[in-house]
Amino acid sequence: MLKDITLGQYFPGDTIVHRLDPRTKLILVIVFIAALFLAVDWLSYAAMFLVTALCVKVSTIRLRSILRGLKPLIFIIILTGVLNLFYTKGGTVLLDWWTFTVTTEGIKRAFLMVVRIMLLITGTFLLTYTTSPIALTDGLEILLNPLKRLRVPVHEMSMMMSMALRFIPTLIEETDKIMSAQKARGADFSTGRLTERARALLPLLVPLFVSSFRRADELAVAMESRCYHGGEGRTRMNALHMARRDVLALLCGAALLGGMIAMNVLGI
Amino acid sequence: MDAVIKVQNLTHTYSVGTPFEKTAIHDINVEFYPGELVAVIGHTGSGKSTFMQHLDGLLAPTSGTVFVDGQDIFASKEATRDVRFKVGLVFQYPEYQLFEETVYKDIAFGPKNMKLSEAEIDERVREAAGFVGIGEELFEKSPLELSGGQKRRIAIAGVIAMRPKVLILDEPTAGLDPGGCEGIIRNILDYRAQTGSTVLLVTHSMDDAARIAGRLVVFDAGRIAMDGTPEEVFSRAPELTAMGLDVPQSAAIAQALRERGARLPGAVYTLEQLTAAVAALRKGAGAGA
Repeated sequence: MLKDITLGQYFPGDTIVHRLDPRTKLILVIVFIAALFLAVDWLSYAAMFLVTALCVKVSTIRLRSILRGLKPLIFIIILTGVLNLFYTKGGTVLLDWWTFTVTTEGIKRAFLMVVRIMLLITGTFLLTYTTSPIALTDGLEILLNPLKRLRVPVHEMSMMMSMALRFIPTLIEETDKIMSAQKARGADFSTGRLTERARALLPLLVPLFVSSFRRADELAVAMESRCYHGGEGRTRMNALHMARRDVLALLCGAALLGGMIAMNVLGI
Repeated sequence: MDAVIKVQNLTHTYSVGTPFEKTAIHDINVEFYPGELVAVIGHTGSGKSTFMQHLDGLLAPTSGTVFVDGQDIFASKEATRDVRFKVGLVFQYPEYQLFEETVYKDIAFGPKNMKLSEAEIDERVREAAGFVGIGEELFEKSPLELSGGQKRRIAIAGVIAMRPKVLILDEPTAGLDPGGCEGIIRNILDYRAQTGSTVLLVTHSMDDAARIAGRLVVFDAGRIAMDGTPEEVFSRAPELTAMGLDVPQSAAIAQALRERGARLPGAVYTLEQLTAAVAALRKGAGAGA
Protein backbone atom coordinates (compact mmCIF):
# COMPACT_ATOMS: atom_id res chain seq x y z
CA MET A 1 0.00 0.00 0.00
CA LEU A 2 1.06 3.58 -0.58
CA LYS A 3 0.82 4.24 3.13
CA ASP A 4 3.89 2.11 3.71
CA ILE A 5 6.24 4.62 2.08
CA THR A 6 8.56 5.69 4.86
CA LEU A 7 10.80 8.15 3.05
CA GLY A 8 10.93 11.24 5.19
CA GLN A 9 8.49 9.88 7.72
CA TYR A 10 8.59 11.16 11.26
CA PHE A 11 8.45 8.70 14.15
CA PRO A 12 7.43 10.66 17.24
CA GLY A 13 9.50 10.00 20.34
CA ASP A 14 11.04 11.64 23.37
CA THR A 15 14.73 10.77 23.27
CA ILE A 16 17.61 13.22 23.38
CA VAL A 17 17.89 12.88 19.59
CA HIS A 18 14.24 13.90 19.24
CA ARG A 19 14.63 16.82 21.64
CA LEU A 20 17.66 18.39 19.99
CA ASP A 21 17.02 21.68 18.24
CA PRO A 22 16.33 21.10 14.54
CA ARG A 23 19.11 23.55 13.67
CA THR A 24 21.57 21.48 15.68
CA LYS A 25 20.44 18.34 13.92
CA LEU A 26 20.71 19.94 10.48
CA ILE A 27 24.25 21.14 11.22
CA LEU A 28 25.17 17.75 12.67
CA VAL A 29 23.93 15.95 9.58
CA ILE A 30 26.10 18.18 7.40
CA VAL A 31 29.05 17.55 9.72
CA PHE A 32 28.26 13.83 9.62
CA ILE A 33 28.25 13.77 5.81
CA ALA A 34 31.50 15.72 5.65
CA ALA A 35 33.11 13.37 8.18
CA LEU A 36 31.85 10.35 6.25
CA PHE A 37 33.55 11.56 3.08
CA LEU A 38 36.79 12.11 4.97
CA ALA A 39 36.92 8.47 6.01
CA VAL A 40 39.62 6.56 4.12
CA ASP A 41 40.32 3.24 5.74
CA TRP A 42 39.08 0.56 8.11
CA LEU A 43 39.64 2.48 11.32
CA SER A 44 37.90 5.67 10.25
CA TYR A 45 34.99 3.72 8.76
CA ALA A 46 34.70 1.74 11.98
CA ALA A 47 34.57 5.01 13.91
CA MET A 48 31.79 6.36 11.67
CA PHE A 49 29.90 3.10 11.97
CA LEU A 50 30.08 3.23 15.75
CA VAL A 51 28.91 6.85 15.84
CA THR A 52 25.94 6.04 13.57
CA ALA A 53 25.05 2.92 15.54
CA LEU A 54 25.18 4.88 18.78
CA CYS A 55 22.86 7.59 17.40
CA VAL A 56 20.38 4.99 16.13
CA LYS A 57 20.47 3.21 19.49
CA VAL A 58 19.88 6.43 21.44
CA SER A 59 17.06 7.53 19.13
CA THR A 60 15.25 4.18 19.74
CA ILE A 61 14.36 4.02 16.05
CA ARG A 62 13.84 0.37 15.19
CA LEU A 63 16.42 -1.22 12.95
CA ARG A 64 13.61 -2.55 10.80
CA SER A 65 12.40 0.97 9.98
CA ILE A 66 15.90 1.92 8.88
CA LEU A 67 16.26 -1.18 6.74
CA ARG A 68 12.93 -0.43 5.11
CA GLY A 69 14.21 3.06 4.31
CA LEU A 70 17.27 1.52 2.65
CA LYS A 71 15.18 -0.77 0.50
CA PRO A 72 14.22 1.66 -2.30
CA LEU A 73 17.91 2.57 -2.70
CA ILE A 74 19.13 -1.01 -2.90
CA PHE A 75 19.83 -0.66 -6.64
CA ILE A 76 22.18 2.28 -6.16
CA ILE A 77 23.92 0.49 -3.31
CA ILE A 78 24.48 -2.67 -5.35
CA LEU A 79 25.58 -0.70 -8.43
CA THR A 80 28.17 1.21 -6.40
CA GLY A 81 29.42 -2.02 -4.89
CA VAL A 82 29.72 -3.76 -8.26
CA LEU A 83 31.44 -0.81 -9.98
CA ASN A 84 33.97 -0.51 -7.20
CA LEU A 85 34.52 -4.24 -7.17
CA PHE A 86 35.51 -4.41 -10.84
CA TYR A 87 37.11 -1.04 -11.47
CA THR A 88 39.50 -0.64 -8.57
CA LYS A 89 43.18 -1.13 -9.43
CA GLY A 90 45.84 -2.31 -7.03
CA GLY A 91 46.27 -5.19 -4.62
CA THR A 92 46.52 -8.86 -5.54
CA VAL A 93 44.58 -9.94 -8.61
CA LEU A 94 42.14 -12.66 -7.63
CA LEU A 95 40.21 -13.00 -10.87
CA ASP A 96 40.92 -11.74 -14.37
CA TRP A 97 38.29 -12.56 -16.97
CA TRP A 98 37.46 -10.49 -20.07
CA THR A 99 37.25 -6.83 -18.90
CA PHE A 100 36.56 -7.82 -15.31
CA THR A 101 39.37 -7.80 -12.82
CA VAL A 102 38.74 -8.45 -9.17
CA THR A 103 41.51 -7.47 -6.80
CA THR A 104 41.79 -7.58 -3.03
CA GLU A 105 41.80 -3.78 -3.10
CA GLY A 106 38.60 -3.89 -5.18
CA ILE A 107 36.82 -6.05 -2.63
CA LYS A 108 37.85 -3.71 0.16
CA ARG A 109 36.81 -0.58 -1.77
CA ALA A 110 33.46 -2.08 -2.74
CA PHE A 111 32.75 -3.05 0.85
CA LEU A 112 33.76 0.35 2.26
CA MET A 113 31.78 2.24 -0.40
CA VAL A 114 28.63 0.23 0.32
CA VAL A 115 29.11 0.90 4.03
CA ARG A 116 29.57 4.61 3.29
CA ILE A 117 26.34 4.87 1.31
CA MET A 118 24.40 2.92 3.90
CA LEU A 119 25.72 5.11 6.71
CA LEU A 120 24.95 8.22 4.66
CA ILE A 121 21.36 7.17 4.17
CA THR A 122 20.96 6.06 7.78
CA GLY A 123 22.35 9.36 9.05
CA THR A 124 20.02 11.49 6.96
CA PHE A 125 17.06 9.25 7.72
CA LEU A 126 17.79 9.68 11.38
CA LEU A 127 17.17 13.39 10.89
CA THR A 128 13.80 12.98 9.21
CA TYR A 129 12.77 10.08 11.46
CA THR A 130 13.33 12.09 14.64
CA THR A 131 12.38 15.62 13.55
CA SER A 132 8.87 16.69 12.67
CA PRO A 133 8.67 18.25 9.20
CA ILE A 134 7.50 21.54 10.67
CA ALA A 135 10.49 21.76 13.02
CA LEU A 136 12.74 20.83 10.14
CA THR A 137 11.57 23.58 7.82
CA ASP A 138 11.58 26.08 10.68
CA GLY A 139 15.18 25.18 11.43
CA LEU A 140 16.10 25.39 7.79
CA GLU A 141 14.48 28.80 7.44
CA ILE A 142 16.49 30.21 10.34
CA LEU A 143 19.71 28.63 9.13
CA LEU A 144 19.19 30.08 5.66
CA ASN A 145 18.19 33.51 6.98
CA PRO A 146 21.47 35.18 5.96
CA LEU A 147 20.54 34.48 2.33
CA LYS A 148 17.69 36.99 2.66
CA ARG A 149 20.31 39.68 2.23
CA LEU A 150 20.87 38.29 -1.25
CA ARG A 151 17.12 38.60 -1.90
CA VAL A 152 16.56 34.86 -1.77
CA PRO A 153 12.90 34.35 -0.72
CA VAL A 154 13.83 32.11 2.21
CA HIS A 155 10.54 32.45 4.08
CA GLU A 156 8.41 31.76 1.03
CA MET A 157 10.52 28.76 0.17
CA SER A 158 10.29 27.26 3.62
CA MET A 159 6.56 27.97 3.76
CA MET A 160 6.10 26.15 0.46
CA MET A 161 8.23 23.31 1.71
CA SER A 162 6.34 22.88 4.95
CA MET A 163 3.05 23.01 3.08
CA ALA A 164 4.25 20.44 0.57
CA LEU A 165 5.41 18.19 3.40
CA ARG A 166 2.20 18.76 5.28
CA PHE A 167 0.15 17.67 2.28
CA ILE A 168 2.11 14.57 1.34
CA PRO A 169 0.18 12.33 3.77
CA THR A 170 -3.09 13.98 2.74
CA LEU A 171 -2.29 13.39 -0.89
CA ILE A 172 -1.30 9.77 -0.26
CA GLU A 173 -4.49 9.19 1.67
CA GLU A 174 -6.53 10.82 -1.08
CA THR A 175 -4.79 8.73 -3.74
CA ASP A 176 -5.49 5.59 -1.74
CA LYS A 177 -9.13 6.53 -1.38
CA ILE A 178 -9.74 7.39 -5.03
CA MET A 179 -7.85 4.28 -6.08
CA SER A 180 -10.09 2.14 -3.87
CA ALA A 181 -13.19 3.90 -5.16
CA GLN A 182 -12.22 3.26 -8.78
CA LYS A 183 -11.20 -0.31 -8.01
CA ALA A 184 -14.66 -0.75 -6.51
CA ARG A 185 -15.98 0.18 -9.97
CA GLY A 186 -13.79 -2.49 -11.51
CA ALA A 187 -10.81 -0.34 -12.49
CA ASP A 188 -7.62 -2.35 -12.88
CA PHE A 189 -4.36 -0.59 -12.09
CA SER A 190 -1.99 -3.52 -12.05
CA THR A 191 -2.40 -5.59 -15.22
CA GLY A 192 -2.25 -4.94 -18.93
CA ARG A 193 0.36 -3.47 -21.28
CA LEU A 194 2.13 -0.22 -20.51
CA THR A 195 -0.23 1.93 -22.60
CA GLU A 196 -3.24 0.31 -21.01
CA ARG A 197 -1.84 0.89 -17.58
CA ALA A 198 -1.09 4.53 -18.35
CA ARG A 199 -4.66 4.99 -19.52
CA ALA A 200 -5.91 3.22 -16.39
CA LEU A 201 -4.33 6.01 -14.34
CA LEU A 202 -6.67 8.62 -15.80
CA PRO A 203 -9.54 7.83 -13.41
CA LEU A 204 -7.05 8.36 -10.61
CA LEU A 205 -5.24 11.47 -11.82
CA VAL A 206 -8.22 13.55 -12.88
CA PRO A 207 -9.97 13.49 -9.48
CA LEU A 208 -6.61 13.95 -7.77
CA PHE A 209 -5.85 17.11 -9.75
CA VAL A 210 -9.33 18.47 -9.26
CA SER A 211 -9.16 18.01 -5.52
CA SER A 212 -5.60 19.37 -5.28
CA PHE A 213 -6.60 22.61 -6.95
CA ARG A 214 -9.67 22.88 -4.79
CA ARG A 215 -7.60 22.26 -1.69
CA ALA A 216 -4.92 24.78 -2.69
CA ASP A 217 -7.60 27.38 -3.24
CA GLU A 218 -9.23 26.66 0.11
CA LEU A 219 -5.88 26.78 1.87
CA ALA A 220 -5.00 30.14 0.32
CA VAL A 221 -8.33 31.59 1.42
CA ALA A 222 -7.94 30.14 4.92
CA MET A 223 -4.44 31.63 5.25
CA GLU A 224 -5.48 35.03 3.96
CA SER A 225 -8.49 35.15 6.23
CA ARG A 226 -6.06 34.68 9.09
CA CYS A 227 -4.12 37.69 7.81
CA TYR A 228 -1.16 35.81 6.39
CA HIS A 229 0.87 38.20 4.25
CA GLY A 230 4.30 36.63 4.01
CA GLY A 231 7.11 36.40 6.53
CA GLU A 232 7.47 40.10 7.32
CA GLY A 233 7.08 40.61 11.07
CA ARG A 234 5.73 37.12 11.64
CA THR A 235 6.42 35.63 15.07
CA ARG A 236 6.40 31.97 16.11
CA MET A 237 4.36 30.15 18.67
CA ASN A 238 7.15 27.68 19.33
CA ALA A 239 10.30 29.77 19.07
CA LEU A 240 13.36 27.61 18.71
CA HIS A 241 16.03 27.96 21.32
CA MET A 242 19.31 26.19 21.81
CA ALA A 243 19.72 24.30 25.10
CA ARG A 244 22.83 22.99 26.78
CA ARG A 245 22.38 19.62 25.09
CA ASP A 246 22.57 21.38 21.73
CA VAL A 247 25.90 22.96 22.63
CA LEU A 248 27.16 19.57 23.81
CA ALA A 249 25.94 17.86 20.67
CA LEU A 250 27.60 20.47 18.46
CA LEU A 251 30.85 20.04 20.40
CA CYS A 252 30.64 16.29 19.83
CA GLY A 253 30.09 17.00 16.13
CA ALA A 254 33.14 19.26 16.04
CA ALA A 255 35.20 16.58 17.81
CA LEU A 256 34.03 13.96 15.30
CA LEU A 257 34.93 16.18 12.37
CA GLY A 258 38.34 17.00 13.93
CA GLY A 259 39.02 13.34 14.58
CA MET A 260 38.09 12.37 11.04
CA ILE A 261 40.31 15.11 9.58
CA ALA A 262 43.19 13.80 11.68
CA MET A 263 42.55 10.21 10.55
CA ASN A 264 42.26 11.40 6.96
CA VAL A 265 45.66 13.07 7.18
CA LEU A 266 47.13 9.94 8.76
CA GLY A 267 45.39 7.83 6.14
CA ILE A 268 43.84 5.29 8.51
CA MET B 1 -31.98 -18.76 3.45
CA ASP B 2 -28.35 -18.77 2.40
CA ALA B 3 -26.32 -15.76 3.39
CA VAL B 4 -25.20 -13.57 0.51
CA ILE B 5 -22.23 -12.38 2.57
CA LYS B 6 -20.66 -14.48 5.27
CA VAL B 7 -17.78 -13.12 7.33
CA GLN B 8 -15.72 -15.46 9.49
CA ASN B 9 -13.20 -14.46 12.16
CA LEU B 10 -12.20 -11.36 10.21
CA THR B 11 -9.29 -9.42 11.71
CA HIS B 12 -7.36 -6.58 10.14
CA THR B 13 -4.22 -4.95 11.47
CA TYR B 14 -2.76 -1.86 9.82
CA SER B 15 0.99 -1.17 9.49
CA VAL B 16 2.15 -4.47 10.96
CA GLY B 17 5.63 -4.17 12.44
CA THR B 18 5.82 -0.38 12.73
CA PRO B 19 5.17 1.91 15.68
CA PHE B 20 1.84 2.74 13.99
CA GLU B 21 0.56 -0.84 14.19
CA LYS B 22 -3.14 -0.81 14.90
CA THR B 23 -5.76 -3.52 14.86
CA ALA B 24 -8.84 -1.95 13.29
CA ILE B 25 -11.19 -4.93 13.51
CA HIS B 26 -11.02 -8.02 15.72
CA ASP B 27 -12.53 -11.38 14.97
CA ILE B 28 -15.72 -10.27 13.22
CA ASN B 29 -18.36 -12.91 12.53
CA VAL B 30 -21.53 -11.83 10.76
CA GLU B 31 -23.86 -12.82 7.94
CA PHE B 32 -26.04 -10.76 5.63
CA TYR B 33 -29.05 -12.21 3.81
CA PRO B 34 -30.54 -11.43 0.39
CA GLY B 35 -32.86 -8.42 0.37
CA GLU B 36 -31.91 -7.16 3.83
CA LEU B 37 -31.52 -3.48 4.56
CA VAL B 38 -28.93 -3.25 7.30
CA ALA B 39 -27.74 -0.06 8.95
CA VAL B 40 -24.16 -0.21 10.15
CA ILE B 41 -23.55 2.16 13.01
CA GLY B 42 -20.43 3.08 14.92
CA HIS B 43 -18.33 5.90 16.18
CA THR B 44 -15.59 7.32 13.94
CA GLY B 45 -12.69 4.86 14.11
CA SER B 46 -14.85 1.96 15.27
CA GLY B 47 -13.68 -0.10 12.30
CA LYS B 48 -16.81 0.01 10.16
CA SER B 49 -15.07 1.50 7.10
CA THR B 50 -12.27 -1.07 7.32
CA PHE B 51 -14.89 -3.78 7.60
CA MET B 52 -16.78 -2.51 4.55
CA GLN B 53 -13.67 -2.46 2.41
CA HIS B 54 -13.11 -6.16 3.11
CA LEU B 55 -16.56 -7.00 1.78
CA ASP B 56 -15.54 -5.55 -1.58
CA GLY B 57 -12.10 -7.17 -1.59
CA LEU B 58 -10.31 -3.82 -1.39
CA LEU B 59 -8.50 -4.71 1.81
CA ALA B 60 -7.16 -8.18 2.40
CA PRO B 61 -7.73 -9.56 5.89
CA THR B 62 -4.87 -10.14 8.30
CA SER B 63 -6.77 -13.29 9.21
CA GLY B 64 -10.23 -14.66 8.58
CA THR B 65 -12.36 -15.09 5.46
CA VAL B 66 -15.17 -13.40 3.59
CA PHE B 67 -17.59 -15.43 1.48
CA VAL B 68 -19.80 -13.77 -1.10
CA ASP B 69 -22.34 -16.15 -2.62
CA GLY B 70 -20.45 -18.98 -0.98
CA GLN B 71 -17.20 -18.07 -2.73
CA ASP B 72 -14.11 -17.13 -0.71
CA ILE B 73 -13.33 -13.74 -2.24
CA PHE B 74 -9.65 -13.83 -1.34
CA ALA B 75 -9.08 -17.32 -2.74
CA SER B 76 -7.67 -15.98 -6.02
CA LYS B 77 -7.09 -12.71 -7.85
CA GLU B 78 -10.00 -13.47 -10.18
CA ALA B 79 -12.32 -14.07 -7.24
CA THR B 80 -11.31 -10.75 -5.71
CA ARG B 81 -11.94 -8.96 -8.98
CA ASP B 82 -15.27 -10.70 -9.51
CA VAL B 83 -16.55 -9.59 -6.16
CA ARG B 84 -16.18 -5.93 -7.19
CA PHE B 85 -19.12 -6.41 -9.53
CA LYS B 86 -21.17 -8.46 -7.10
CA VAL B 87 -20.73 -6.04 -4.22
CA GLY B 88 -21.06 -2.36 -5.09
CA LEU B 89 -19.30 -0.07 -2.67
CA VAL B 90 -20.12 3.64 -2.61
CA PHE B 91 -17.47 5.46 -0.64
CA GLN B 92 -17.97 8.49 1.54
CA TYR B 93 -18.08 11.68 -0.54
CA PRO B 94 -18.17 9.64 -3.75
CA GLU B 95 -18.45 12.80 -5.87
CA TYR B 96 -14.65 13.15 -5.60
CA GLN B 97 -14.16 10.07 -7.75
CA LEU B 98 -15.92 11.48 -10.83
CA PHE B 99 -13.45 11.92 -13.66
CA GLU B 100 -15.03 11.48 -17.09
CA GLU B 101 -15.89 14.28 -19.49
CA THR B 102 -19.59 13.54 -19.40
CA VAL B 103 -22.07 12.24 -16.86
CA TYR B 104 -23.00 9.38 -19.19
CA LYS B 105 -19.42 8.18 -19.57
CA ASP B 106 -18.82 8.36 -15.84
CA ILE B 107 -21.81 6.20 -15.02
CA ALA B 108 -20.72 3.82 -17.80
CA PHE B 109 -17.24 3.35 -16.29
CA GLY B 110 -18.20 0.39 -14.08
CA PRO B 111 -20.25 -1.50 -16.69
CA LYS B 112 -17.47 -0.89 -19.22
CA ASN B 113 -14.97 -2.52 -16.87
CA MET B 114 -17.32 -5.50 -16.77
CA LYS B 115 -16.73 -5.81 -20.53
CA LEU B 116 -20.43 -5.64 -21.40
CA SER B 117 -21.81 -4.88 -24.86
CA GLU B 118 -22.55 -1.27 -25.82
CA ALA B 119 -26.28 -1.93 -25.80
CA GLU B 120 -26.13 -3.52 -22.35
CA ILE B 121 -24.05 -0.62 -21.03
CA ASP B 122 -26.51 1.90 -22.44
CA GLU B 123 -29.44 0.12 -20.85
CA ARG B 124 -27.72 -0.01 -17.48
CA VAL B 125 -26.63 3.62 -17.52
CA ARG B 126 -30.19 4.77 -18.25
CA GLU B 127 -31.62 2.50 -15.60
CA ALA B 128 -29.10 3.59 -12.95
CA ALA B 129 -29.57 7.27 -13.77
CA GLY B 130 -33.32 6.71 -13.45
CA PHE B 131 -32.94 5.25 -9.97
CA VAL B 132 -31.14 8.34 -8.68
CA GLY B 133 -33.30 10.84 -10.56
CA ILE B 134 -30.70 12.07 -13.05
CA GLY B 135 -32.49 13.10 -16.25
CA GLU B 136 -31.14 12.42 -19.73
CA GLU B 137 -30.69 16.13 -20.32
CA LEU B 138 -27.66 15.95 -17.98
CA PHE B 139 -25.99 13.01 -19.76
CA GLU B 140 -23.75 15.14 -21.97
CA LYS B 141 -22.75 17.64 -19.27
CA SER B 142 -19.44 17.52 -17.44
CA PRO B 143 -19.99 16.04 -13.99
CA LEU B 144 -17.76 18.77 -12.54
CA GLU B 145 -20.23 21.51 -13.51
CA LEU B 146 -23.10 20.08 -11.51
CA SER B 147 -24.20 20.73 -7.93
CA GLY B 148 -22.88 18.69 -5.00
CA GLY B 149 -26.11 16.73 -4.62
CA GLN B 150 -26.24 15.90 -8.33
CA LYS B 151 -22.60 14.81 -8.34
CA ARG B 152 -23.29 12.47 -5.46
CA ARG B 153 -26.27 10.93 -7.27
CA ILE B 154 -24.16 10.40 -10.38
CA ALA B 155 -21.46 8.69 -8.33
CA ILE B 156 -24.05 6.41 -6.74
CA ALA B 157 -25.50 5.68 -10.18
CA GLY B 158 -22.01 4.69 -11.31
CA VAL B 159 -22.04 1.87 -8.75
CA ILE B 160 -25.70 0.89 -9.21
CA ALA B 161 -25.05 0.55 -12.96
CA MET B 162 -22.99 -2.56 -12.22
CA ARG B 163 -26.19 -4.14 -10.86
CA PRO B 164 -24.51 -5.42 -7.71
CA LYS B 165 -26.27 -8.02 -5.57
CA VAL B 166 -25.19 -6.10 -2.51
CA LEU B 167 -25.01 -2.32 -2.39
CA ILE B 168 -22.91 -0.80 0.36
CA LEU B 169 -23.12 2.93 0.98
CA ASP B 170 -20.73 4.69 3.34
CA GLU B 171 -22.58 7.68 4.74
CA PRO B 172 -24.29 8.58 1.49
CA THR B 173 -25.94 11.65 2.98
CA ALA B 174 -22.92 13.22 4.72
CA GLY B 175 -22.65 16.93 4.05
CA LEU B 176 -25.92 17.29 2.14
CA ASP B 177 -28.78 19.61 3.06
CA PRO B 178 -31.91 17.97 4.59
CA GLY B 179 -33.71 17.93 1.26
CA GLY B 180 -30.74 16.27 -0.43
CA CYS B 181 -30.46 13.67 2.36
CA GLU B 182 -34.13 12.79 2.11
CA GLY B 183 -33.87 12.49 -1.68
CA ILE B 184 -30.93 10.09 -1.51
CA ILE B 185 -32.54 7.96 1.18
CA ARG B 186 -35.70 7.73 -0.91
CA ASN B 187 -33.62 6.76 -4.00
CA ILE B 188 -31.97 3.98 -2.05
CA LEU B 189 -35.28 2.67 -0.74
CA ASP B 190 -36.78 2.72 -4.24
CA TYR B 191 -33.77 0.97 -5.65
CA ARG B 192 -33.99 -1.78 -3.09
CA ALA B 193 -37.75 -2.16 -3.48
CA GLN B 194 -37.39 -2.55 -7.25
CA THR B 195 -34.33 -4.75 -7.43
CA GLY B 196 -34.58 -6.71 -4.19
CA SER B 197 -30.86 -6.31 -3.59
CA THR B 198 -29.20 -6.31 -0.21
CA VAL B 199 -28.31 -2.86 1.06
CA LEU B 200 -25.78 -2.05 3.78
CA LEU B 201 -25.93 1.54 4.89
CA VAL B 202 -23.21 3.03 7.04
CA THR B 203 -24.73 5.97 8.83
CA HIS B 204 -24.30 8.31 11.74
CA SER B 205 -27.94 9.26 11.74
CA MET B 206 -29.80 7.12 14.26
CA ASP B 207 -33.07 8.54 13.01
CA ASP B 208 -32.38 7.27 9.49
CA ALA B 209 -31.30 3.91 10.86
CA ALA B 210 -34.43 3.60 12.99
CA ARG B 211 -36.70 4.67 10.17
CA ILE B 212 -35.52 2.56 7.27
CA ALA B 213 -33.39 -0.37 8.41
CA GLY B 214 -34.75 -3.78 9.35
CA ARG B 215 -31.56 -4.69 11.14
CA LEU B 216 -28.87 -2.72 12.94
CA VAL B 217 -25.24 -3.72 13.36
CA VAL B 218 -23.33 -1.63 15.87
CA PHE B 219 -19.54 -1.45 15.76
CA ASP B 220 -17.53 -0.47 18.79
CA ALA B 221 -13.74 -0.53 19.09
CA GLY B 222 -13.31 -2.92 16.18
CA ARG B 223 -15.93 -5.43 17.27
CA ILE B 224 -19.62 -5.94 16.62
CA ALA B 225 -21.19 -4.80 19.86
CA MET B 226 -24.84 -5.29 18.92
CA ASP B 227 -26.69 -6.92 16.06
CA GLY B 228 -30.47 -6.99 15.94
CA THR B 229 -33.71 -5.28 15.05
CA PRO B 230 -33.99 -1.54 15.77
CA GLU B 231 -36.25 -2.47 18.67
CA GLU B 232 -33.63 -4.69 20.25
CA VAL B 233 -30.78 -2.28 19.69
CA PHE B 234 -32.53 0.89 20.82
CA SER B 235 -33.83 -0.80 23.94
CA ARG B 236 -30.17 -0.82 25.03
CA ALA B 237 -29.95 2.95 24.93
CA PRO B 238 -27.56 3.35 27.90
CA GLU B 239 -25.01 1.05 26.23
CA LEU B 240 -25.25 3.03 23.00
CA THR B 241 -24.67 6.25 24.90
CA ALA B 242 -21.64 4.69 26.61
CA MET B 243 -20.19 3.97 23.15
CA GLY B 244 -20.56 7.64 22.27
CA LEU B 245 -23.57 6.99 20.05
CA ASP B 246 -26.94 8.68 20.08
CA VAL B 247 -30.38 7.16 20.22
CA PRO B 248 -33.03 8.39 17.78
CA GLN B 249 -34.65 11.63 18.90
CA SER B 250 -38.03 9.93 19.18
CA ALA B 251 -36.58 7.28 21.49
CA ALA B 252 -34.95 9.98 23.62
CA ILE B 253 -38.23 11.89 23.92
CA ALA B 254 -40.11 8.69 24.75
CA GLN B 255 -37.57 7.91 27.45
CA ALA B 256 -37.88 11.43 28.91
CA LEU B 257 -41.67 11.08 28.95
CA ARG B 258 -41.40 7.72 30.69
CA GLU B 259 -39.19 9.26 33.34
CA ARG B 260 -41.93 11.81 33.94
CA GLY B 261 -44.42 9.01 34.53
CA ALA B 262 -45.99 8.61 31.09
CA ARG B 263 -46.84 5.00 30.32
CA LEU B 264 -45.46 4.45 26.83
CA PRO B 265 -44.86 1.09 25.16
CA GLY B 266 -41.25 -0.12 24.92
CA ALA B 267 -40.75 0.00 21.17
CA VAL B 268 -40.80 3.71 20.37
CA TYR B 269 -37.98 4.89 18.15
CA THR B 270 -39.51 6.51 15.07
CA LEU B 271 -41.53 9.69 14.75
CA GLU B 272 -44.60 7.71 13.64
CA GLN B 273 -44.44 5.38 16.62
CA LEU B 274 -43.99 8.31 18.98
CA THR B 275 -46.96 10.24 17.61
CA ALA B 276 -49.08 7.12 17.73
CA ALA B 277 -48.03 6.35 21.30
CA VAL B 278 -48.65 9.90 22.50
CA ALA B 279 -52.01 10.02 20.68
CA ALA B 280 -53.01 6.73 22.32
CA LEU B 281 -51.96 8.11 25.68
CA ARG B 282 -54.05 11.26 25.25
CA LYS B 283 -57.00 9.24 24.09
CA GLY B 284 -56.66 7.04 27.14
CA ALA B 285 -56.43 10.10 29.37
CA GLY B 286 -59.46 11.68 27.62
CA ALA B 287 -61.51 8.52 28.17
CA GLY B 288 -60.51 8.44 31.79
CA ALA B 289 -61.54 12.04 32.43
